[in-house]
Amino acid sequence: MHGWIGHILRVNLTTEKVSREPLDPGLATDYIGARGLGTKVLFDEVDPKVDPLSPENKLIFAPGPFTGTYAPSGGRYDVVTKGALTGAIAAASSGGTWGPALKYAGYDMVILEGKAAHPVYLWIKDGTAELRDATHLWGKTVPDTTDAVRAETDEDAKVACIGPAGEHQVLFACIMNDMHRAAGRSGVGAVMGSKNLKAIAVVGRGTVTCADNDAFARVVMQVREKILGHPVGGTGLRLYGTDVLVNILNQIGGHPTKNFQDGYFATADKIGGESLSAKVLQRPKGCFACIISCGRVTKVSHTKYAGEGEGPEYETAWGFGSDCGVDDLDAVTKANYYCNEYGLDTITMGATVACAMELYGLGLITRKDTGGLALEFGNAEAMVEATRLTVQGEGFGQKLGLGSYRLAAAYGHPELSMTVKKQEMPAYDPRAIQGIGLNYATANCGAAHVRGYTISPEVLGVPTKVNKDTIEGKPELVITFQNLTAALDASGACLFTTFGIGADELAAMLSALTGVEYSTAEFLKCGDRIWNLERLFNLKAGLTAKDDSLPPRILKEPLKSGASKGRVSRFPEMLPTYYKLRGWDAAGVPTPAKLQALGLVAEPALSGSLT
Amino acid sequence: MAKMLMIEAQKCTGCNNCALACSITHEQSFRLSAARVHVFTWEREGFSVPMMCQHCKDAPCIPVCTPHAMTRDPATGWVNLDQAKCIGCKMCVHACPFGNAVWDALSSKILKCDYCGGDPACAKFCPTQAIRWVDDVTATQTRKRAFAAKFKEAFAE
Repeated sequence: MHGWIGHILRVNLTTEKVSREPLDPGLATDYIGARGLGTKVLFDEVDPKVDPLSPENKLIFAPGPFTGTYAPSGGRYDVVTKGALTGAIAAASSGGTWGPALKYAGYDMVILEGKAAHPVYLWIKDGTAELRDATHLWGKTVPDTTDAVRAETDEDAKVACIGPAGEHQVLFACIMNDMHRAAGRSGVGAVMGSKNLKAIAVVGRGTVTCADNDAFARVVMQVREKILGHPVGGTGLRLYGTDVLVNILNQIGGHPTKNFQDGYFATADKIGGESLSAKVLQRPKGCFACIISCGRVTKVSHTKYAGEGEGPEYETAWGFGSDCGVDDLDAVTKANYYCNEYGLDTITMGATVACAMELYGLGLITRKDTGGLALEFGNAEAMVEATRLTVQGEGFGQKLGLGSYRLAAAYGHPELSMTVKKQEMPAYDPRAIQGIGLNYATANCGAAHVRGYTISPEVLGVPTKVNKDTIEGKPELVITFQNLTAALDASGACLFTTFGIGADELAAMLSALTGVEYSTAEFLKCGDRIWNLERLFNLKAGLTAKDDSLPPRILKEPLKSGASKGRVSRFPEMLPTYYKLRGWDAAGVPTPAKLQALGLVAEPALSGSLT
Repeated sequence: MAKMLMIEAQKCTGCNNCALACSITHEQSFRLSAARVHVFTWEREGFSVPMMCQHCKDAPCIPVCTPHAMTRDPATGWVNLDQAKCIGCKMCVHACPFGNAVWDALSSKILKCDYCGGDPACAKFCPTQAIRWVDDVTATQTRKRAFAAKFKEAFAE
């Protein structure tokens, strides 16, 4: 095989059995890799009804065919599991160097099953793998764990691990690699913690081969030129990071503020990419094979928020910033460092503090509950302290660690949680941008911008400008972006490559690399297949059309100020068309004809489950 | 005019595109351990440095090479390795003060930068110009000019 290695590593943590299995070339062709192959394995091997934190859930780490090659910005891997936060299928993507290292070590995927009797870490070196005791690592932060594991294994080892938050099974704990990169959302780190697995260290000195070196080089050079020549992919993201979006979104009135009470934050500029570059940026950083370099190596030297690390990204600056009414960049950056060091998803963390601030403002949460913390919108110090309490599992932080859905429900107001499928919406207001709301509501992992980033056409005009305020054509647009992104994730590419290229180029690169001829249509069909299989997993898990929804605030409370003042989301008008165009029935269930067209009916695991 | 690879580590993002391009160019596959350039990253500080053969004027690898596989090309000034003459004794590996001559156990040969014969793939694929293929007499002009500009900012009206 080319692009693919051809081997899977299976580790049973209960029995400590480690085995090597061949990768089925047919499945590789149909599901590509990463999120795609991971979904296929999870669907075939895990009962969707299992408790996500039980030994019966499995945790899958999978890079894609591009990973380890010089496909531009194509070095990613996905963690696929049943999400602890959502109870839905999770596929959290991360960059850095860990995914390529796994390929060089001889594997397309690691499947972890069961639960270790005591804390362990997995050490993979050039095809071999062993479980080692990690009792002495339990409690260590992400950077300290990384250093300690390297000292015991190999100084070149790439380390993916959980921090204390994952150990405590905080429901939105993430998995970190390269110290600062995160497989962030849906609580994949909590699942890792539930298995008593602290880290996976990898060293690989092997090879990823290419079917046609000359053809691959030609298309890679074209793709590089397109991305590097693009104002967003080639210039904006390197100069200002993803945080460049603060001012762009705020200007159009789509920058959620104070737990989505508004879409405009008057002082947002203070936490935007331009301010970040001027105040805390040390230098840009790139993931493996990246040509974009949106990563931010930062340092806060003054004030009580001193520290160094990476970030904030746009979502993080928004979550700890505008969504909490905070415009102190140093404070936002400090909260980001806490999450990276202890291993928590910054989006859910920030949005949960924002939700708690609204509950506090309404008198539903009191100073007694918070242990004296004045959780008021705009209180930067309280925001940082609430984050510290959560990452360290202290006091009121234990309640915040449930995420905003369970927190707001515990205080009798679930409607104040800005979530879909119990996962917090990110930093684009669906009232100001109609398409993104439909994407949030239908994303299989819960609310996420990285499942169908319609912000590209609706706000940035990439590849062409689409009116953000209309609903006409939006179901088609959302489906196209969702399918494209699923296939892109499965390939191991970064979503930001779409600032410059599309399905044509991705399919051409994949064909030249693997030797499997993917037309653009077949590539997108792989994405459609992955999307539908994720959907089937969720339906079998017990989710229904009712879970394809947006918080009532988004549908009923018009934006109060800014350029999108007065608007609400027209999501309910779009959903039936979306289902129809997806080939699903009125209840959101894929029809037999749709499944057959995707080659999904023949799977024995599906028989009799849904119809 | 002779040319050299100019490294500006402060521009390096640690992406490894140089090593990937080097490996596919020389070994026709993606294997970082087969690359003639290696990128070292300090994750805590977020700092990366690419390392490759410096083609030294007084190259320690040349006098220790008994079969005269390692030689200086008088025309270009480059230190060249003739794989046909190499006996794999690894004396160059021991002699290089930078660790830039590498024994590759997988292919059983010494790996060392050969400037790709005059069109280095690493420089071509570096997205941030942290590695540039430049005239040797003007190699540091960019850096000098950038620093001189600070004087200008400080003193020019």
